[in-house]
Amino acid sequence: MKVRNNAFSLDSTDLKILEALQEDARQTYTTIGKRLGIAHSTVYDRVKRMENYGIIKSYKALIDAEKAGVKQVTAIMVIYTDPKESEKVAEKLCECLNVLEVYTSLSEELQVIAKVVAESQESLHEFIAKSIAPLPGVLRIRTSMVTKKFKESQPIIVNNPRKLTVAKEKEDGKRKKT
Amino acid sequence: MREEVKTRIPKEVPREKAFYFFTSIGNYTGKSASSLEEFMEKLMEVNTKSLEFHFYREDFEKWFIEVLQDQELAEEFRKLYALKLTGEPLRNQLYKTVETHLKHLTTS
Repeated sequence: MKVRNNAFSLDSTDLKILEALQEDARQTYTTIGKRLGIAHSTVYDRVKRMENYGIIKSYKALIDAEKAGVKQVTAIMVIYTDPKESEKVAEKLCECLNVLEVYTSLSEELQVIAKVVAESQESLHEFIAKSIAPLPGVLRIRTSMVTKKFKESQPIIVNNPRKLTVAKEKEDGKRKKT
Repeated sequence: MREEVKTRIPKEVPREKAFYFFTSIGNYTGKSASSLEEFMEKLMEVNTKSLEFHFYREDFEKWFIEVLQDQELAEEFRKLYALKLTGEPLRNQLYKTVETHLKHLTTS
């Protein structure tokens, strides 16, 4: 299996390394090498190459804000925009630290969808009223507060698409038993 | 005094200082006002839910004081809390209050 990048193609070993790092980015090159049956120096070289090409963007800790005692509200904003301005609205949102994710979507109208966090509902309102509503091209905004989080994960590069099916079958099997 | 208020109130404020009408936290109606005249017009256009939301959060007063520097109008709005108005009666009362205030400003 080969996945082509702008600069070079990723082979199945690269994909396996990425998969291993996505499971646990703190494991050593030796551990990954043993698991894949390759030398740790090979893992090192390939990881460095993928870092240099920006395929591996960064290594971060995933923090559970609730357990860390950080009180915050999370909301999903749907911003209806003038089609001519939607890209600029999305770019402006990307500059805001408390905006975690930004997408554009085309349904009946052009929308910018963003996930945003704030200290409180009041500060969220202030942020939207003072920073988002005044942006040129913003037609109206619908915001939904997140009340409970059921799942949050990073997109995973799966080396073997079969794994997704297996994982889904396992999941379905569990559901049937319960 | 009126003359002083009249000259102090900006004719039109920049976009980032305009009043943005919401119906609840984070739900922007798409309507905004950059001047007191425009504010009065929008009072008749927006959903009464939006008027109730801002009125009882004292957002209108804050905007009058902080942006328009119009303490008098803020005071007029404060007097309305005792009436506990909602819906169309609230809309009509707010409109009447701003209209009277604007008339005073322009005729003085």
